[in-house]
Amino acid sequence: MSTSITGHSAIDDLPDPEGHGPHEGDRASTSRWGDRLFGGAAKASGLFVVLLVTLVGLFLIVQAVPSLLNNEANFLTSTEWVPSGAEPRFGIAALLWATVITSVIAMLIAVPLGVAVALFITEYAPSWLSKPAAVIIDLLAAVPSIVFGFWGLTIAGQYFQPVQDFLAGTFGFIPFFKDSGFSAKSTLAFAGIILAFMILPIITAISREVFNQVPTPHKEGALALGATKWEMIRTAVLPFGKPGVISGAMLGLGRALGETLAVMILLSTLNPSAPWSFSIFNGGETFASKIALNAGEFDSPQKTGAYIAAGLVLFILTFIVNSIARVVINRRKAFSE
Amino acid sequence: MKTTRLAQLASLAVVGSMALAACGSDNTTGSTSAEGSSSSASASESAATECFSGTLNAEGSSAQKNAIEEAIASYGEACKDAKLNYNPTGSGAGIKQFIAGQVDFAGSDSALKTEGKDGAQSEAVAAEAFCGSPAWNLPMVTGPIAIAFNVKGVDKLTITPAVAADIFSGKITTWNDAKIAEINKGVTLPATAIKVFFRSDESGTTENFTKYLKAAAPEGWTADASKKWTGAGEGKEKSAGVAEGVKSTDGGVTYVEWSYAKDNKLGIASVDNGAGAVELTGESVGKAVAVAEQAGTGNDLALKLDYATKEAGAYPIILVTYEIVCSKNKDAEKGKNIKAFLKHFASTDVQKGLEEIGYAPLPKEVEDKVLTAIDALS
Repeated sequence: MSTSITGHSAIDDLPDPEGHGPHEGDRASTSRWGDRLFGGAAKASGLFVVLLVTLVGLFLIVQAVPSLLNNEANFLTSTEWVPSGAEPRFGIAALLWATVITSVIAMLIAVPLGVAVALFITEYAPSWLSKPAAVIIDLLAAVPSIVFGFWGLTIAGQYFQPVQDFLAGTFGFIPFFKDSGFSAKSTLAFAGIILAFMILPIITAISREVFNQVPTPHKEGALALGATKWEMIRTAVLPFGKPGVISGAMLGLGRALGETLAVMILLSTLNPSAPWSFSIFNGGETFASKIALNAGEFDSPQKTGAYIAAGLVLFILTFIVNSIARVVINRRKAFSE
Repeated sequence: MKTTRLAQLASLAVVGSMALAACGSDNTTGSTSAEGSSSSASASESAATECFSGTLNAEGSSAQKNAIEEAIASYGEACKDAKLNYNPTGSGAGIKQFIAGQVDFAGSDSALKTEGKDGAQSEAVAAEAFCGSPAWNLPMVTGPIAIAFNVKGVDKLTITPAVAADIFSGKITTWNDAKIAEINKGVTLPATAIKVFFRSDESGTTENFTKYLKAAAPEGWTADASKKWTGAGEGKEKSAGVAEGVKSTDGGVTYVEWSYAKDNKLGIASVDNGAGAVELTGESVGKAVAVAEQAGTGNDLALKLDYATKEAGAYPIILVTYEIVCSKNKDAEKGKNIKAFLKHFASTDVQKGLEEIGYAPLPKEVEDKVLTAIDALS
């Protein structure tokens, strides 16, 4: 049978073997079934996630508000925590401090270390080493947090004791390093160190990803101009990867803020009459560890609400951190497109 | 390409062998404890048990977790078709689930509260409303609380309530304090600082220990008894946490369930309530349970422990955990099953076996009362 490739031929006007008229559209040129189905499913998934987050937020608010209204202390500035009884008094100042300081310590260690590891893998390591090294770093992310906690408690903690003794002994006059009589493995500082190990894989993986995307002409250009390897990294790789590193760090921070089990196992909590201290060698509780620790004994709505209010603050805190990461990533997109 | 693959394989092998090594060391501890429990399970096998086929779910106190698991294991050996689950989520959670009808009975460190909290309905009223009949508290497992210490060179120590109150409220700060030395003549006490560890989670152990301090040393311990620690020291998560804390700290002291103190090989103080030092043994604990008054009426066997008891040879710091049941179950079949299991649990053989894992058996007179109450269940 002969058909013309271009133009109009007689056969086009005849019905095809199945009896359809000539040149009849399928009436669905812009939205075939598959398209509609897939598009709809994708849209529904997207909406579902948005709805889920909204409902979680709503749930937290609804549960927290009645307790907050009964609260006799200032929720944001008080360090007391007596959530039940006729006159509940509770505030999140101590929790906020412990949460933020452990995360900051974790970031101070994990960000430089993660970037260095990523640079080693992408720039320095021979190719036979870089892949397995990357795989092993990613494996760190698969270690459950309770394992990190136990490792810190039973093995790593004792080696931190001399470090703490030295710092507290030498810089003890600064309130930040004041010795509070806690053993090294149960302080905010050590919890921060363990958190650093836990967020290292996230930061490394994302940094590695962006460092790999640095255009070769940038790097070769720098080298051609006489830059040493370190100068090439400083002038070509780091500026290009900076937004990626920042967003990786933010994602890591989000995890550090919300980490529960490892922190709960490690940190010694303070007794109710302990004086307020800014020392990183003090014990304490983070939002997540406090909620997890007491979840078994939520025996009245008032008490539950108080803990949920603390959870709400953590939710907002993490939300802010993640939003910042989003903004940074989006800005980066504008550059590369 | 070839080298890359080889390296990947090598790294996998390294990681794999590390994982295996970790498993290996885990296994050794796991198998020894398994052996321990199986030997005590076989000891209590001979009990004549009524069997049922079906499932029972219970939830609550983690303090009785090991005891009820032991009883479930030996019951399961005798009755293959019976399936029992115990979820150790804590007393509060257990009672809540029981009242909501999610579990068949609850385990709790304290009897159902008869007074409501924060304006809510009291536990006893809510449970009765759910059951359609009074809910009974049946004492089943007695867990002594040990004052566990780790002081280099000291393996025997006697403590009076007043001294305990001073130690746990932070008034005595070194082990060679005159007040401790006075009641421990002949023991060389070092000048080590006392480091108190407490439960950072809300716990029935803390509640019972502070109840003891409040009752036996009201001048030294002024705070009200509560599930949340009000004394001095640093907090650790759960019993395992405080035991670990004491074990790794010279000068450490804590209050913890007997089994944890034994497992971690910590020193256990004898307690002198006024009638001489009493060592912590199954017998001395049973004596304290036997002198406890019954707070409930009829077959509701909620106990009122006399912490300040001066009964000779009675170890006063104890925690009695209850099984909380509907006296008349809506589902008669369920009632029969609960009855069969509890009967097994309260039997002399099973109770004796509990001593090996850190609990004390119910004394004869209490056991008889519990069995009578179980017979009246339906």
